Amino acid sequence: MRVIASTLCAVALGLTAIQPVYAASDEAIAALRQEMKALRGDYESKIQDLERRLQQAEQRTPVQPDPVPPPPSAPSSPSAFNPAISVILNGSYAMSRNDPGAATVAGFALGEEAGRGDRGFSLGESEVAISANVDQEFFANLIVAIGGDGAIGVEEGYIQTTNLPWGFTAKAGRFFSGIGYLNEKHAHTWEFSDAPLPYRAMLENQYGDDGVELRWLAPTDFFLEFGAEWFRGDAFPAGGADDNGAGTVAAFVHAGDDIDESSSFLAGLSYLRTKALDRDTSGDIFTGSDDLAIASLVYKWAPDGNPVQTNVTLTGEYFFGREDGSFNGVPVDYERSGFYVQGVYQFIPGWRIGVRYAGLETDDVPVLLAGSVLDDFGYSPQAITALLEYRTSEFGRFRAQYTRDDAGLEPDDELVFTYTVSIGAHGAHSF
Amino acid sequence: MRNLFLAAVIAGATLTQPAHAALNVFACEPEWGALALELGGDNVSIYTATTGLQDPHQVQARPSLIAKARAADITVCTGAELETAWLPMVVQKSANANIKAGSSGSFEAASFVRLLDVPAKLDRAEGDVHPAGNPHIQTDARNILIVAKALSARFVLLDAASAPVYEQRLADFTSRWTASLAKWEAAAAPLKGTPIAVQHAGWVYMINWLGLKQIAILEPKPGVPASSGHLAQVLTTLERQPVKMIIRAAYQSDRASQFIGERTKTPAIILPFTVGGTDEAKDLFSLYDDTLKRLLAGAK
Repeated sequence: MRVIASTLCAVALGLTAIQPVYAASDEAIAALRQEMKALRGDYESKIQDLERRLQQAEQRTPVQPDPVPPPPSAPSSPSAFNPAISVILNGSYAMSRNDPGAATVAGFALGEEAGRGDRGFSLGESEVAISANVDQEFFANLIVAIGGDGAIGVEEGYIQTTNLPWGFTAKAGRFFSGIGYLNEKHAHTWEFSDAPLPYRAMLENQYGDDGVELRWLAPTDFFLEFGAEWFRGDAFPAGGADDNGAGTVAAFVHAGDDIDESSSFLAGLSYLRTKALDRDTSGDIFTGSDDLAIASLVYKWAPDGNPVQTNVTLTGEYFFGREDGSFNGVPVDYERSGFYVQGVYQFIPGWRIGVRYAGLETDDVPVLLAGSVLDDFGYSPQAITALLEYRTSEFGRFRAQYTRDDAGLEPDDELVFTYTVSIGAHGAHSF
Repeated sequence: MRNLFLAAVIAGATLTQPAHAALNVFACEPEWGALALELGGDNVSIYTATTGLQDPHQVQARPSLIAKARAADITVCTGAELETAWLPMVVQKSANANIKAGSSGSFEAASFVRLLDVPAKLDRAEGDVHPAGNPHIQTDARNILIVAKALSARFVLLDAASAPVYEQRLADFTSRWTASLAKWEAAAAPLKGTPIAVQHAGWVYMINWLGLKQIAILEPKPGVPASSGHLAQVLTTLERQPVKMIIRAAYQSDRASQFIGERTKTPAIILPFTVGGTDEAKDLFSLYDDTLKRLLAGAK
């Protein structure tokens, strides 16, 4: 059937094609021939031209020693836009003279997280970090912490601008405040396995909350950064999300530069004002305001600025704070202060030793609160910590840390062995 | 109204800028700083983030780097994940959208060169592997010319007003570099086939260029310090296949190569690796002059 149809078609076409030839004059045919000839000549010259260029190109190629490869084309895949994922795992073995569950810091009402870790073997907090650019304007980061007991919490979850002009960066969501030096760093990047005393006592290790942040990097030749934050006020030393869940503010300025080829510093001044509404610390209720100022200084040294073989990091921070309000119904207004200084020295690649000394001071309490957690019994908490660290690579680390803890009323000795590993995407480290 | 205000601000910003500002270049490594200077001359103002005595894999995201990156119009870096431990942090903290990864102000030299040593297996058990391939492309002088063309084109893109200057400087650099290449290659002819050992697998491009023969690597895995067990293995290898010299970069510790050098009676030599790695390597040209001088001295 199909054969017949195509035959018919061909015949019909043939008829139509032949017909005008009969009608055309000799001049028309000659003109057509002329045109075809011209066309052929045109094509021939074009082909010759192409051949010539091809030949030239072939001759030129060997001169280039290493031709630029075509950019690799990404294979299309629904997972091509998967965010960067990294996981931090850590575990520990702890020994201590006293029951860590009953550990106190004389004169301070501690937040729940500020306590000491369990004795024996335990899996620490595992962190899963997921991050990627949202679009041309934003970056997003989620860090989920899974406690050894299975409790899941959002440690940080924020969006951050990447495209604001004039040195501004804005952030919104849940994040660690930029106050102090250690505060915005994740615990696994700290140089010691735990937070120093002032961070434990006055910030429940570190202050993170839901809120917004604006930073401005000044157009100076040295590093000069200003930041302001506004928080919900749910996390210690705040509590109860007072002032319609927007009662906490923070501000900081960071400055830093190289001193010479081998050394550099970063200094900071920070201020945090939190509001607490029925803040509950192990049954003690506080309502009022908490003001905290922090001065920080970090100094890093490495021969010729090359930290691979040996390096030194010295860190010191001074905290000064005041709480004003009512504690268990008793009007209070007390000042307290604290500090820590620490040094870590990498003496050969992979191995580091460190020492840290921290102390706290607090005002006397009203008679009505004698014997409460705010009563330091005339005692100034302090702790000295020694560290030995071995790294298998940038991603694997073992630590032995000994602390002589004179923070509570009963001195304690504590020895903790930890491992910390990081798998997945390679994150960049801050100073 | 807002648009009007924005327009006024932009107009103001444009007016307050000098008629022709130099391009601010943030060079991650000294070789790219030196190349930017060759290609940009007075039209660029260059800050080099690292020195020849620093390991470019492990640099701290220092406050000074963040301040310099804020003012940068372009970062000129190796790429191929060489700076992955510090540059992303510097760029993020600099709050400078011009130099974001993927923007025209982010120049990665390695993306213009065919990379060698692309790992067949991506696993951190293999050490500090770079998924895109070996990033130390500057050890082959021919790569400099390829990168120069791409970088010059980028300068033109960012600062079209000075295009004739960049083009002229590129042409000038190309002719000087081509002449030097011929000179270096002629001088290096006796090195062809010379067996060597290296401390870090950072010389694959130079080995490829000069036709050297790499017999052993002192690091058991890239970035992993040599263990005594691995060095014993290296010694057995070198007894069977002796080498003329043991090569390391100026920023690397001399312990492993001295140890092997003494036991095998082989000279352990330092190569500048980048501009400023040795006193003699003052610019790109003297970098290769000095590298060849040291290699030829070692091969004797």
